[in-house]
Amino acid sequence: MRYQFMTAAFAATVALQFTGPAAATDLEVTHWWTSGGEAAAVSEFAKAFNATGNKWVDGAIAGGGNTARPVMISRITGGDPMAATQFNHGRQAEELVEAGLMRDLTDLATKEKWAEIVRPKSLLDGCTLDGKIYCAPINIHSWQWLWLSNKAFEEAGVPVPKNWDEFVAAAPALEKAGKIPLAIGGQPWQNSGAFNVLIPAIAGKDVFLKVYQDKDAEVAAGPEIAKVFKAADDARKMAAKSNVQDWNQATNLVITGQAGGQIMGDWAQGEFQVAGQVAGEDYTCLPGLGVNELISTDGDAFYFPKLDDPEKTKAQEVLASTMLNPKTQVAFNLKKGSVPVRADVDLTAANDCMKKGLDILAKGNVIPAVNQLNTEDTNNQLNDLFVEFFKTPSMTPEDAQKRYADIIAAAE
Amino acid sequence: MTTRQNGRPSQLFRNLNAKIASIPMVLTALVVFLGGTAWTVLYSFTSSKLLPRLNFVGLDQYERLWAAPRWMTAIENLAIYGFLSLIFSLVIGFLLAALLDQKIRFEDTFRTIFLYPFALSFIVTGLIWQWLLNPDFGFQGVVRQLGWESFTFNPLYNAEIVIYGILIAGLWQGTGLVMCLMLAGLRGIDEDIWKAARVDGIPMWKTYLFIVIPMMRPVFITTLVIIASGIVRVYDLVVAQTSGGPGIASEVPAKYVYDYMFAAQNLGQGFAASTMMLLTVAIVIVPWAYFEFGRRRHV
Repeated sequence: MRYQFMTAAFAATVALQFTGPAAATDLEVTHWWTSGGEAAAVSEFAKAFNATGNKWVDGAIAGGGNTARPVMISRITGGDPMAATQFNHGRQAEELVEAGLMRDLTDLATKEKWAEIVRPKSLLDGCTLDGKIYCAPINIHSWQWLWLSNKAFEEAGVPVPKNWDEFVAAAPALEKAGKIPLAIGGQPWQNSGAFNVLIPAIAGKDVFLKVYQDKDAEVAAGPEIAKVFKAADDARKMAAKSNVQDWNQATNLVITGQAGGQIMGDWAQGEFQVAGQVAGEDYTCLPGLGVNELISTDGDAFYFPKLDDPEKTKAQEVLASTMLNPKTQVAFNLKKGSVPVRADVDLTAANDCMKKGLDILAKGNVIPAVNQLNTEDTNNQLNDLFVEFFKTPSMTPEDAQKRYADIIAAAE
Repeated sequence: MTTRQNGRPSQLFRNLNAKIASIPMVLTALVVFLGGTAWTVLYSFTSSKLLPRLNFVGLDQYERLWAAPRWMTAIENLAIYGFLSLIFSLVIGFLLAALLDQKIRFEDTFRTIFLYPFALSFIVTGLIWQWLLNPDFGFQGVVRQLGWESFTFNPLYNAEIVIYGILIAGLWQGTGLVMCLMLAGLRGIDEDIWKAARVDGIPMWKTYLFIVIPMMRPVFITTLVIIASGIVRVYDLVVAQTSGGPGIASEVPAKYVYDYMFAAQNLGQGFAASTMMLLTVAIVIVPWAYFEFGRRRHV
């Protein structure tokens, strides 16, 4: 019995070795896109890549970026790299590139003229180290959106707000109608994310850049940021009854009309789409919280770790090129709710909210992503601070601001 | 053979087979345990980020660690969880064992029921209790449906008492094992001792307290070590039940280490925190081991 099994296993491995090169090349791609809208978007990539005669092996890691990135990084540093992996635009993979673990894509990028097609330029700059390109940016996401449930406001008997202040003013009516005014999930990044959205909306772009780009601790301790903490204090009171963990659960509260609104990036749009809701009718989106119409250039890029297998190395190039292909860009981004990285594609199918985003982008009202300015270490400290702030009613805005300024002062 | 018979066999070659057989384990212990520990302590004095680098920064990582409110919360939680879990699992485990020891019917069935939770991983335990303690679907929801509208029991969503919600799950999972160890200890007590105690007219509770428990000292020590090691490494239970929330109210040191090493890409900070954990364990273990093993040698 045991021998039979052994021979069978042996035969199988031999067979695999012989059929391997002839068949399609399997590439394992890791990412953390697991919510309904995200999964629909990623299947567009898989479809397009499979159409090239290769095979997309899906390596989805559930639990969000903070759970997935450690797994990805330890696989790459531990010598078991996948063929391609998602990271956010910014400094998350900085050290992996410096350590020479990522593949140089410069040749492909010059051949396909990435420098000309990718906009804004800062995305490709984020992929560049010493003049060489190490990643393929695939979409632009922005954090600065307030999503409102038209149904919730109708039931509360107040008009749908047009900006943050009206929203805060409508909170008591929502609460009276048994709704949670603001849905924020318990995951730390959602809490610090909401605060980082409030900064440019309340205090403006310059303050945002002074704090995160110049790491100016005096501004972080100053009166402008104090106003932001005041707004965060309002948000905290409005979100006091929000008992969910994941961001898409919080979005679902808005979709079902149990919550008035949510501060979340435009990836939330994919969820509204999967639920069959229409922008403007069922839900309302306010870029820059309706105050300062600015959007950030967050989003995702794919990195390709160095591999020994020449077949796979070749297939990596095919994958990178497929991801930036105009057709794939449109199909993927429409489902994802994000904006394509190339301007030369047809986006007539985009919905209202997406068009608002494209408009702002065309006007150049953009700010860099927090991820591009801060190290993961600083972001994590901010996560710790804001998840505590949002869940601890007894913590005063003044105390929180003091700790905030300390983190900014110590940041690199 | 002949040479051996002439001289005394060398001390080095006595039990040669056993010594050769233990070489892999000795090497593992030296390289993996000791080597790994030394490496971690060394790099905790550096400013390593995503990858370990040897640029020393002195005690900076430790200063930052002890100034971090999250670390202080984690330490406090571990102290509460550790102290209560030690006491309760010993007391409940011993009581259950003593009750089972009364030659009751269906002892096997009860033993299986009590031990069963131990067969589940901490992750599964955590998820089960996350549901049971969920205010809408768990205990609170059921009691409210029965008519007590104002009944409130939602430890996992209250920052003040969240650690007790985790403690409940930990006890549910762990006491079965303690009970089994205790039961084995009780069964090891000679029947004659019980008979002698009965002849002397000593009440049962006194017999347990003053005769049986002191005789079970080795069992208690084994149990203590098992429980204590479970306490220090508590991590998955918290991740499954609350992921450290609400806010940072249920953070534990092991989670701090993991988050800073991998999520925050700050190895130095993670190493400093794990070194502190090691130090804490050493502070508890070393004096105890000294008394336990050192004293016996001098007798």
